[in-house]
Amino acid sequence: MTEGFRRRPGGGVLATFSGFEADLLRSLASQLVELLRNEVAAPTSSHDPLEDLLDFSGPTTEPDDPVLARLFPTAYPEDDEAAGEFRRFTERTLRDGKARNAVLIIDKLEDAGLPSTLAEDGLSVEVELGPDEAEAWMKSFTDIRLALASRLGVEEGDDAYWNSLPEDDPRTHVHDIYQWVGFLQETLVQAVSR
Amino acid sequence: MSAPMPVETERPEADELPDDVAFLDPTWVTIVWNDPVNLMSYVSYVFQTYFGYARKKAEKLMLEVHEAGRSAVSTGSREEMERDVQAMHEYGLWATLQRASQ
Repeated sequence: MTEGFRRRPGGGVLATFSGFEADLLRSLASQLVELLRNEVAAPTSSHDPLEDLLDFSGPTTEPDDPVLARLFPTAYPEDDEAAGEFRRFTERTLRDGKARNAVLIIDKLEDAGLPSTLAEDGLSVEVELGPDEAEAWMKSFTDIRLALASRLGVEEGDDAYWNSLPEDDPRTHVHDIYQWVGFLQETLVQAVSR
Repeated sequence: MSAPMPVETERPEADELPDDVAFLDPTWVTIVWNDPVNLMSYVSYVFQTYFGYARKKAEKLMLEVHEAGRSAVSTGSREEMERDVQAMHEYGLWATLQRASQ
């Protein structure tokens, strides 16, 4: 299990992930990219509730998709016209930026040795990030957590609820992932702030 | 990422300005709202990094967001505040803008 990010002597930060962890991060980042690029997810025959929960790359034609609504909030809550104009001028740029940050996660993991299909056990992936890369990862961790939280319906101070769910509830697993990305985020913020 | 440093400006007295100037350049604020997802450390980091605020000020604003549910984090022209709101959305913070007097 990774200890998260730490400051690297001479600048930047680094983290060591197991193959499984790196693969999971890549999968989360890939789904975010798919969602942001507005691609229609391939039709799936799976009715696995866990897979459905993890899949936040669903149809995006619904303007009220809660994930997109949270990633691109309304800037003028009381002025529809101004809000529409703001969205028209900013959402595309924001989408591209968020997709670029997620792609950077995938590229860095693969550059660090994560194979396109994870096969071997005991693989260890060490990632080094410069200051700009660290900020891009931080932004993308945020987007991933916002997406997972929107799908799960996370609310302020609801830890007791998540802890009370049975182990085999698929939401328990997804919430664990959500918290794990939060742990990575915390270590990354600390590593760049110190 | 570079950011305009917020400058504490003294607002001219109303009677020093012709009405039309005051009308053309009203003051707007960027509001950041609380959400259950973003980490306190991250929100404080964003305020320090983007706005260039000292740690103490950033943490005060972050706590205000956390405890009061919202905080006015920057002030300026409408254009400047639109830029700040867009930047906050880039960071994944929930931000809106409105007239200062609202």
